[in-house]
Amino acid sequence: MPKFLIESLLRRPVTEKAPVPDEAALAELGRRLDALAHRRLGRSLAIREVDAGSCNGCELEIHALNNAYYDLERFGLRFVASPRHADVLMITGPVTANMREALERTHAATPDPKWVVAVGDCAFDGGLFAGSYAVVGGVDAVIPVDLHIKGCPPSPRALLEGLVALVEKSA
Amino acid sequence: MSLRAALFDAALEVFDQKPWPRIRVDEETWIRAIFGLHAGDVILTALWGEPGHVHMGLIEEETGEVLVLSLACPDGRFPSVGVTHAPALRLERTLREMVGLVPDGCPDDRPWLDHSRWGLRHPLGAAEPAPAEGAPYAFLSAEGPPMHQIPVGPVHAGIIEPGHFRFTANGETVIRLEERLGWVHKGIEGLMIGADLDRAAALAARVSGDSTVAWSLAFARAVEAAVGIAVPKRAHWLRALMAEMERVANHLGDVGAVCNDAAFSQMLNRCGQLRERVLRAADVAFGHRLMMDRVVPGGTGVDLVDPRPIAETATAVREGFRPLIHLYDNTVSLLDRTVTTGRLDPALARRWGAGGHVGRACGRRFDSRRLPGYPPYDVLRFDVPVRETGDVDARVWVRILEIGESLKLIEQILAGLPAGPHRVEVDAAGAAGREGVAMTEAFRGDSFIWLRLDAEGRIARAHFRDASVFQWPLLEAAIAHNIVADFPLLNKSFNCSYSGHDL
Repeated sequence: MPKFLIESLLRRPVTEKAPVPDEAALAELGRRLDALAHRRLGRSLAIREVDAGSCNGCELEIHALNNAYYDLERFGLRFVASPRHADVLMITGPVTANMREALERTHAATPDPKWVVAVGDCAFDGGLFAGSYAVVGGVDAVIPVDLHIKGCPPSPRALLEGLVALVEKSA
Repeated sequence: MSLRAALFDAALEVFDQKPWPRIRVDEETWIRAIFGLHAGDVILTALWGEPGHVHMGLIEEETGEVLVLSLACPDGRFPSVGVTHAPALRLERTLREMVGLVPDGCPDDRPWLDHSRWGLRHPLGAAEPAPAEGAPYAFLSAEGPPMHQIPVGPVHAGIIEPGHFRFTANGETVIRLEERLGWVHKGIEGLMIGADLDRAAALAARVSGDSTVAWSLAFARAVEAAVGIAVPKRAHWLRALMAEMERVANHLGDVGAVCNDAAFSQMLNRCGQLRERVLRAADVAFGHRLMMDRVVPGGTGVDLVDPRPIAETATAVREGFRPLIHLYDNTVSLLDRTVTTGRLDPALARRWGAGGHVGRACGRRFDSRRLPGYPPYDVLRFDVPVRETGDVDARVWVRILEIGESLKLIEQILAGLPAGPHRVEVDAAGAAGREGVAMTEAFRGDSFIWLRLDAEGRIARAHFRDASVFQWPLLEAAIAHNIVADFPLLNKSFNCSYSGHDL
């Protein structure tokens, strides 16, 4: 253990350079974020992640944002355990019929101002699962979405570019 | 004569299913199989159905031989397996609501995946409209003055999949945990019906994202068995390479996460870095961090051009992980949380046929890479680590040792990778009615798949059974009489799939 601590003090961090905010994300957000919300929230956003039906692939890559290479918290973004503490809901998966009410209630439990980020191809329009009896569709079939980050799953890099755009616009 | 052989002798009809047979039996033979399960002569590996027929997959543990029994249900009923063999209970509840077949005598008549939200019932049988307003669910009771309930989910506090846990506790001690699952049910088996091979392969790759390689492999092997084609040797080896990289990445993530749930974040941080390196190597080598859609019927979707990034990563992970093993094994405050916590009774692990680290931490040696076995593992050297204590610590240790074994396998594969093509064309037209089954070893245990092709070479019908199906009920047993605060460690040490279970 002491060896690890000394090593950590002496070694350069593995954390990589910040990405440039994604242009498309900036454009999508530009239409939606108002100045008042910007002033209230400053540059710090609390995120509540909700799996509304995903295969868990998106969760793995969202998890990776917390590892030392991406270190999401340096951008003022952090994951919180309750929607009551959140500014941003990050939703994955095609919304299943069984998860619909839970998603609506999580959204209702999140105080305003709030943003919804739909992560992954399934969250965009149901993806591969669209048309199933058990699937409602993309996230915006249930709650309004401010930003889509596509991919199957989107890489941590792509997630970071989208989220950094969100902080830029909300600052 | 083994039970399997005796059952086979009683077959009324043998169907065109490869590589293991499917037979039609009468009710008497069906009941004989149920008694065999009860006696522990065979292990239940799957129980599913289609309109008019129920299918039971059995595996003989000592030989790895699989047999599928089918019983015709002209009046829509079949003798319950769950009434004497509890591992079948949730499978029968699923069968009843998905296909509409009634298990006669099944002691649990509650729905399972069907939360009354679909607007229809029996989606895999004769579907008919139904209300979609949801319905109350009767949890099992645990009553008495000091008892209180702790409901958790479906939306959890972490970045994980949704499920509901109902704890009944006496102070800090959990008396009963009851799971309610089905929240991420996407209707995958319904979507498979009529899907062409490309679409079906993509769906199979998304049964459980963390096991995408293992599920793609299971699907590919079942299709190849049904069509009757052999894939090139190089494809077998590349598939195993991806499967072992997936295993290393998942175990690294979970070992770190278990320790983090004991507030030992150093391990999460370090394991997270190693995991990231594996995913990046996968991205460089195969063009996708999780290697999704890279294993396809006929071989692999991509070839390996430059093995060096993977070789370098394997070395780096071995060297980076060694001090972490030492750290885990020498941090008393951490071991205090994992040793003796969440002990699973080995008898239950065997009865439920628990695969993966859940079974192997309880002395069960089953590993589907060995038995029934599939190439190239027959020519590669690896150990199947086993522990006996069945606690969180044992599951962590099995995972730690499996990381080492998988790294050994990766190095052997890179050293001996055969030259030649990595894919052959699969022409499933003309394979009408043919069936394939496969079992592959995902990081959490054996993945079982059954499928039937139609006249156009599409999927007529498919069934998936993730290892989690038999591990979830064991989690309920393992948490009993532990404190609530130890549940996160226990849960992470299992890491059952919600998506793979809910389908």
